[in-house]
Amino acid sequence: MTKKIIITAALALVAIMAGLSLAGRGITLKGSDTLLLLGQRWAEIYMQKNPGAVIQVTGGGSGVGIAALINGSTDVCQASRSMKDSEKQKLRDRYFSLGYEIPVAKDGVTLYLNEKNPITELTINQIKDIYTGNTTNWSQLGGPDAKIIVYGRENSSGTYVFFREAAMKNADYTSSMQSLPGTAAVVNAVSKDVYGIGYGGAAYAKGVKELAIKTAKGSFKPTTETVKSGQYPLARNLYWYLRGKPSGEIKKLVDWVLSPEGQEIVKKVGYFTIK
Amino acid sequence: MSLQKKRFRYLGESLIEVNIKVTATLAIIAVFLIFLFILRESLPIFFSREVMQEITFGKFFNGIEWQPVSDKPRFSLWPIILGSLKVTLIALVFAVPAAIGAALYSSEFAGRRLKEFIKPVVELLAGIPSVVLGFFALIIMASFLKNIFGWTYRLNAINAGIALGFAVIPAIYSLAEDAINAVPRSFREAALGLGATPWQTAVKVVLPAALPGVSAAALFGMGRAVGETMVVLMAAGNAPLFSFNPLESTRTMTATIAAELGEVVFGSGHYHALFFIGLVLFLATFIINLISWSLFQGLMARMYGKGK
Repeated sequence: MTKKIIITAALALVAIMAGLSLAGRGITLKGSDTLLLLGQRWAEIYMQKNPGAVIQVTGGGSGVGIAALINGSTDVCQASRSMKDSEKQKLRDRYFSLGYEIPVAKDGVTLYLNEKNPITELTINQIKDIYTGNTTNWSQLGGPDAKIIVYGRENSSGTYVFFREAAMKNADYTSSMQSLPGTAAVVNAVSKDVYGIGYGGAAYAKGVKELAIKTAKGSFKPTTETVKSGQYPLARNLYWYLRGKPSGEIKKLVDWVLSPEGQEIVKKVGYFTIK
Repeated sequence: MSLQKKRFRYLGESLIEVNIKVTATLAIIAVFLIFLFILRESLPIFFSREVMQEITFGKFFNGIEWQPVSDKPRFSLWPIILGSLKVTLIALVFAVPAAIGAALYSSEFAGRRLKEFIKPVVELLAGIPSVVLGFFALIIMASFLKNIFGWTYRLNAINAGIALGFAVIPAIYSLAEDAINAVPRSFREAALGLGATPWQTAVKVVLPAALPGVSAAALFGMGRAVGETMVVLMAAGNAPLFSFNPLESTRTMTATIAAELGEVVFGSGHYHALFFIGLVLFLATFIINLISWSLFQGLMARMYGKGK
């Protein structure tokens, strides 16, 4: 009996070690939580089509991914924002390269509201006022008399940085914003909080209402047309960063991701194609 | 032959002894090196010219805003120190009576069988990963409490405090139980002999006698609560508000480090500021544990007359 257990344990250990060494030869993708879902789907289908290919995908935030690219612990960094100059500088110091940027998909940063909230559209300025803390009650926006519960992301998130630039013109978030670890947590919170508001990738908007943004030309929700045409004001590119020009296995993967087949998956996951 | 055997045995024993000494020393050295590392990473705030353009020691205590990612970054520690204290206090208000009550019950009132059941079960509670507790508080408990009390904010200091309380109950219980058990039998016999009821004996004789140890247990729990990260990161809402209201969201020192260290640009002012928070936390828990330890030693000395 004991012998059996020992043998099983030994076999399991060997299997784990074999798995680890196999994984060591694969391609690693790391970074943005916004791109995590998409990266995983790409990896799954690519591995099905190319037996023998191993791709590992992890999240953590764009900043984490870029740091990993600089440290050499990932092959591909998935980022929902472009690299900062200070980060490019570090990459150059280590690898004599400014990195290689590949836009792989487009995303409309979506504002989520609870389905019971009567508000359907707001202007960018109204959104800015909510997130800077100037507007604190829904009645100021024509809604019910209730406090606005503001949800956002941690400052390690690419979406945090993008939203601050694109929607708030670099003003500071209000201190009373609750920062949650991950877009899924934001969606979950808004779906339970009638008076909540949150933001995140378009693909995550399940069980919550998408807020339309009112501009001079009309009121727009993030859809394929509005994001591509730029009518939706909070559209952004999603990137892959490499340390240098793609080659070998990685080039094969990049080409596939940008092919119609790879971009079809982008649509299925809920983001927007790059072309 | 037998002498040789003895000599061999002696050699073996001394080898084991040396081995244990080395391991113990390594453990101490490791902790010491960790402390040195945190200290080294937070020192540039005091000495590095480049870092001091972004952040100085004074900025930690100036103003009431923690807003490190900004055109004009602000690094006040007040909101997150207050957050840590608030959540810890709520956790203790919830956990200390529960844990000490359980300890008193299992050592004074419960039968032998029940006692042998309670102790391992409570100590098993310590095995629940804090991320599981945090997740539970985030998804289920927050909505539950909000629906009952109609609070404005789902994720608030009370929600996090209660979850944190669950995380520290086993630690407090375990130490408090030891302290109560350390009260000599003669105390109880004398009290019962004078006609006190078991309840009076437990509350008026045993508990006061064990008080230094019980306070040590509570303080030990406090040290654990201050340092606990995952529960508060998930359940407190993480808004760095300077507010005494327990029904608002709050952000603790540990959650700040955990949430922000992943992104921060290596070597920036923000990076060193996070290490400084780590240093403050380290010193705080160190002092709390030191007081707790000396209280416990005091109790042992009083009960058994050792060490004086």
